[in-house]
Amino acid sequence: MSEFSTEQVRHLAGLARIALTEDELGRLAGELGAIVDNVAIVQRAAGPDVVATSHPIPLVNVYRDDVPTETLTAAQAVAGAPEHDGSRFKVSAILGEEQ
Amino acid sequence: MSDLTRLSAAELAASLGKGEISSVDATQAHLDRIAAVDGDVHAYLHVNDAALAEASAIDAKRAAGERLPELAGVPVAIKDVLCTIGMPSTAGSRMLEGWVPPYDATVVERMKAAGLIALGKTNMDEFAMGSSTEHSAFGPTRNPWNLERIPGGSGGGSAAAVAAFEAPFALGSDTGGSIRQPAAVTGSVGVKPTYGGVSRYGAIALASSLDQVGPVSRTVLDSALLHDVVGGHDPKDSTSLTGAWPSFAEAARAGRRDGSLKGLRVGVVKQIADGEGFQAGVTQRFRESLELLADAGAEIVEVSAPNFEYAVAAYYLILPAEASSNLAKFDSVRFGLRVTPEGGGTVEQVMAATREAGLGDEVKRRIILGTYALSAGYYDAYYGSAQKVRTLIQQDFSAAFAQADVLVSPAAPTTAFKLGEKLDDPLAMYLNDITTIPANLAGVPGIGLPMGLAPEDGLPVGIQFMAPAREDARLYTVGAALEQLLEDRWGGPLLSQAPDLSASSMLAVSEGAI
Repeated sequence: MSEFSTEQVRHLAGLARIALTEDELGRLAGELGAIVDNVAIVQRAAGPDVVATSHPIPLVNVYRDDVPTETLTAAQAVAGAPEHDGSRFKVSAILGEEQ
Repeated sequence: MSDLTRLSAAELAASLGKGEISSVDATQAHLDRIAAVDGDVHAYLHVNDAALAEASAIDAKRAAGERLPELAGVPVAIKDVLCTIGMPSTAGSRMLEGWVPPYDATVVERMKAAGLIALGKTNMDEFAMGSSTEHSAFGPTRNPWNLERIPGGSGGGSAAAVAAFEAPFALGSDTGGSIRQPAAVTGSVGVKPTYGGVSRYGAIALASSLDQVGPVSRTVLDSALLHDVVGGHDPKDSTSLTGAWPSFAEAARAGRRDGSLKGLRVGVVKQIADGEGFQAGVTQRFRESLELLADAGAEIVEVSAPNFEYAVAAYYLILPAEASSNLAKFDSVRFGLRVTPEGGGTVEQVMAATREAGLGDEVKRRIILGTYALSAGYYDAYYGSAQKVRTLIQQDFSAAFAQADVLVSPAAPTTAFKLGEKLDDPLAMYLNDITTIPANLAGVPGIGLPMGLAPEDGLPVGIQFMAPAREDARLYTVGAALEQLLEDRWGGPLLSQAPDLSASSMLAVSEGAI
């Protein structure tokens, strides 16, 4: 049985930038253990000789000629943002006081 | 005038082409139907207030003698995962509530170019994570066959919209079964095309190596017609396949001709054909469908895909891993919600507070799981092993397709379950897609269509066919052939046996229940 501690989930939530509540951390710790137990069977499916597949259909990278095409205007690009000044996204301070 | 909502898209197109009806008539009929039943069904998150104006513009062009595409003037519904100019595109999430994209998804652009009229945006599990549409932030969709039951997911809105005659057809997306499983439980048709066969540009990404956009409808021919419109290479999607595709509508029509199944090798995948977890009525109707195919000249062979046993596990590592990365874009900066913690905070604290408030439980669960699976020290054991399973499943498909032209299985293991029944048990919910996930892992196309009602509960059950990559046309041929055989047996489409929703709603009103 995979065990997840609340502290482990708190660390993962920090990496994922989600401010989970204490309730959520506790609940997820239990659920993640059960889910990981079930998905861990993938480890016994394949030996070291099997290559990994990242993509269902083999593809090569796609290039196009480096010429301008139609793009969004700055006003269109920021239109859906929570805060903007007409041409730029506005955010709060990047660094906190302790940084 | 007869009820236009009962016509297929192909029939509407034919009547429009002959000038027997107008696009305004067809659109108004569907808007009226939405007004009458969607309070109960909740298939739509947004109804297009410009639909009648767009329909009227098509009518004017037709009246002026302009040559129009075959489907011009036919109404369509669009899953809310697809970006649409002028209509909110939320993917069922509070995170994107009210967000109106500045561009159209390629499939939407092509749909407009074909003269199709968007009726609105359909409900879905948040960011397409779910099998019941109960994870929508805006409330569940209900199954038109029984309003107490789930319509499948994630595309329960699109499936319920066509099953409740609120649209003749719709666009959906399928990452692990989100088109085919809802089709199965609502008695409708849905197709997941070959990976790369339809552009994903403008589809809000869940898991980029699995996602595929496809059609949802009541008839096989209608899905083929919509696939013909939206499919084909798109330079804006770097995973889009190049090369020409045959006409899928022609493939579907070929299926209705005599002898279309003669000599076709149909492979029954042992691992997902029956056994534990499959409802008796599903197995029974599946066996009957195989007999029908055999009677029509198909050769039924059993094939084995031993690694399918690991498919669900691999899927629930690959999907969360890719989703945790794709959903990082919801950072409170460029679009959607922003929640500032009390007293302010750094951009990182604002981001974390926003994601806490804007994402639902299932989305958080999968992001955290994906973050774990991609963490240093666990990557090889989980994500790496899952990608190896993907190779093994592709090898299983190759071996199976050496013995059979198409593969067949039930499209879902059970009929629609009750709302709330599996909501608190994520693992039970994940097993709903056991039959559909292998196709996404291998990138091969699949079609789901109705195969009858389960005798024990009177609810629809679906059958799934799969074909090798790029051979989507085979699915339309065999699907249309079986559809015809079954409808001959039933004496008409399965959905004509669905309860009359408008009557039940009106009855409820007269009894003061709502």
